[in-house]
Amino acid sequence: MLGKTAGGLFWMFRYLERAEHTANLIEAGLRIALTRSIADDGDWVSILQTAACLDGYKEIHTDSPTRDQAIDWMLRGAENPSSLLSIIHTARDNGKMVRIAITRDVWEAVNECWMVIKSALARKVQEHDLPQVLNLIRQRCAYVRGALHGTMLRNDIYNFSRIGTFTERADNTARLLDVKYYILLPSATAVGSSLDNIQWQNILRSVSAEGGFQMTYGQNPRPREIAQFLILDKRMPRSLAFCGDKILSNLAHLETSYDMRLPCHDMADALIEQTNTKTIDDIFDAGLHEFIQNFLQNIANVGQQIEIDFRFYQ
Amino acid sequence: MDKKHSFDEMNGFEGDALRQPYDAFSSWFTAQNPSRLRKKQREADALFRLTGITFNVYGSAAASERLIPFDIVPRIISGREWTRLSRGIEQRVRAINAFLHDIYHRQEIIRAGRLPERMIANNAAFLPQMIGVRPAGGVYTHIVGIDLVRTGPDEFYVLEDNARTPSGVSYMLENRETMLQMFPELFSQTRVLPVSNYPKMLSRSLAACAPAATNGTPTVAVLTPGIYNSAYYEHSFLADKMGVELVEGHDLRVIDGRVAMRTTQGYKPIDVLYRRVDDDYLDPLNFNPDSQLGVPGILDVYKSGGITIANAPGTGIADDKAIYSYMPEIVEFYTGEKPILQNVPTWRCSDPDSLAYVLDNLAQLVVKEVHGSGGYGMLIGPTATKKDIEIFRSKLKKRPENYIAQPTLSLSTVPVFTRAGLAPRHVDLRPFVLVSPDRIDITPGGLTRVALKKGSLVVNSSQGGGTKDTWIVED
Repeated sequence: MLGKTAGGLFWMFRYLERAEHTANLIEAGLRIALTRSIADDGDWVSILQTAACLDGYKEIHTDSPTRDQAIDWMLRGAENPSSLLSIIHTARDNGKMVRIAITRDVWEAVNECWMVIKSALARKVQEHDLPQVLNLIRQRCAYVRGALHGTMLRNDIYNFSRIGTFTERADNTARLLDVKYYILLPSATAVGSSLDNIQWQNILRSVSAEGGFQMTYGQNPRPREIAQFLILDKRMPRSLAFCGDKILSNLAHLETSYDMRLPCHDMADALIEQTNTKTIDDIFDAGLHEFIQNFLQNIANVGQQIEIDFRFYQ
Repeated sequence: MDKKHSFDEMNGFEGDALRQPYDAFSSWFTAQNPSRLRKKQREADALFRLTGITFNVYGSAAASERLIPFDIVPRIISGREWTRLSRGIEQRVRAINAFLHDIYHRQEIIRAGRLPERMIANNAAFLPQMIGVRPAGGVYTHIVGIDLVRTGPDEFYVLEDNARTPSGVSYMLENRETMLQMFPELFSQTRVLPVSNYPKMLSRSLAACAPAATNGTPTVAVLTPGIYNSAYYEHSFLADKMGVELVEGHDLRVIDGRVAMRTTQGYKPIDVLYRRVDDDYLDPLNFNPDSQLGVPGILDVYKSGGITIANAPGTGIADDKAIYSYMPEIVEFYTGEKPILQNVPTWRCSDPDSLAYVLDNLAQLVVKEVHGSGGYGMLIGPTATKKDIEIFRSKLKKRPENYIAQPTLSLSTVPVFTRAGLAPRHVDLRPFVLVSPDRIDITPGGLTRVALKKGSLVVNSSQGGGTKDTWIVED
């Protein structure tokens, strides 16, 4: 398999994951605005930040974004390389590049995803259409994932695709925690105010995890449990520990099939160590923010090492 | 250009009866409900979009992707007609390969005075780097597309030879696939010769020309300029069907006298490279130094027998439009036979008498740039505006050697399916030919391009042309 193809698969699935995450963030933001008596556009700054769309926004705009501006920027901002439209476009370009490695089903799913979303985002989305458009994006990304699961051989092609998905997902969850960590600190509130409750719900909703959390921890979210759930809980498919495990096992498959142990394997082991040997108390004691920052750096390093070890670019 | 005088491949000349190859189709079509057919036509378009059978349009701002319109009425050629055509095509392709060998070796045809030396010496398509190089298996043009036009029941002309990197074969295959899916009943009534073998034959034909350095089963790869190239779909389609890698220049590197591709597990040598990149961009060390699409040093590996490049560099000299006018001589010189397929009469504007004639008759002629392609840079006299004609007149006077002119042929028509029913439109035909060291294979069929605008003679997809499935039926 060409190094370029491995890279194309990795990025195609990273971008699809990022698209889904961005749609989740917008939806969570909409909800928080609706549940509040006074709308606070300041929330959108942190949502833009979580979606890695804030710096680009600031380069062009001097004012803080209103809700409408923030949503339009994240969905289809012409000068925003991290807009949903541009992410899906890039995912599909990568799909084109790796066309011969993926099945017809996967290709058609990603191609149709692009066609459908391009047309849904051709004009500014009206407020009443937003929930439907966001659903469409999540649904189309799910189709691609479903086609991957249902039709692809479990070989190196599949493993590079999955590594892309989980690298991006770990990064997205960590970034969300990085922006919101202060809400989860024990010192912030001894007893959750109603505002905190909304904020906590918002974090869970941003990773489509409200139902899962409630099933596991009950009705009343508490910050320590949310942190536990999103960082260490291996039942939770967007937790850092879950994603780390997956990356490790996909890399292990490559190690076996290529009969090559590479530096990225050791780095992934080290990444897993961070979540496997610590309790949530350890993490809070040593500093939640430092932990998240450290994790973000490590996941980025693993990704870069994978690019080098499997010769994506040279 | 009187439409009444065009030959229609379904209905003949005006007043003729339905032509025999279309019998079965015609009775099927009459029994169809037009709105069902329109629905099928839309289904076909949606299928092409979903599959990604699109081409990128150059020059448009946002690198847009377009569909090549597909018309559901097949273009049908009888087995008898095809037999004669394929004999002519084979003869021509043999001559082209013999010509290429000669022109890069002893140049007997020039010594014999049958081709002026200046046709080669001043020709950008002639690559001095290829002089004395003998490609593996003696094959220069592994893949050839011969563009044919028709003016009557037995009148076929070669309009153009495509000996560099002919494209369109994916449409031949996908158009058939689409027809089989949409109208299976048509194929149970009529015996249509299959085209689906093409990728397998291509693969075999390429492997048969593996270079001396090959170790074991030859490794084949397709070289593409990348996903933004107008024919990228075809490149990935062919690599996929042959089960080989699709590489770009930056995937390749010369290592130990071989061209190797960068895989996740290190560099692996390639034996045969089916390149869809023009000569000029193939090797920045030997040709255009600015090229990002090629492989530095690949030509040196090629010359030392480390890789086979298909088609060989320098084959463009055989499909150059100025050389085209000598094709009858070329065929005769190398095969010792009269050409089976006719050339369109051609005035070389480099010749003063011809130039004078062309300038006097611009409104009746088609004028083409010698190195142009894709229907760009040409003048179709009968449909051109006065202004266009004057622009060409000054171009011709300035650089006459840059142009050839031909009479405007009354191209045959085949019906297309329109809102108002069947309507005749002009067509051409590009059959695809595979050359191996020991054989020449012509896939029964080809790409029929059709001008969708009424009366238009321009069939190029870049200018609004469409395609049809092409049937060769058993008699």
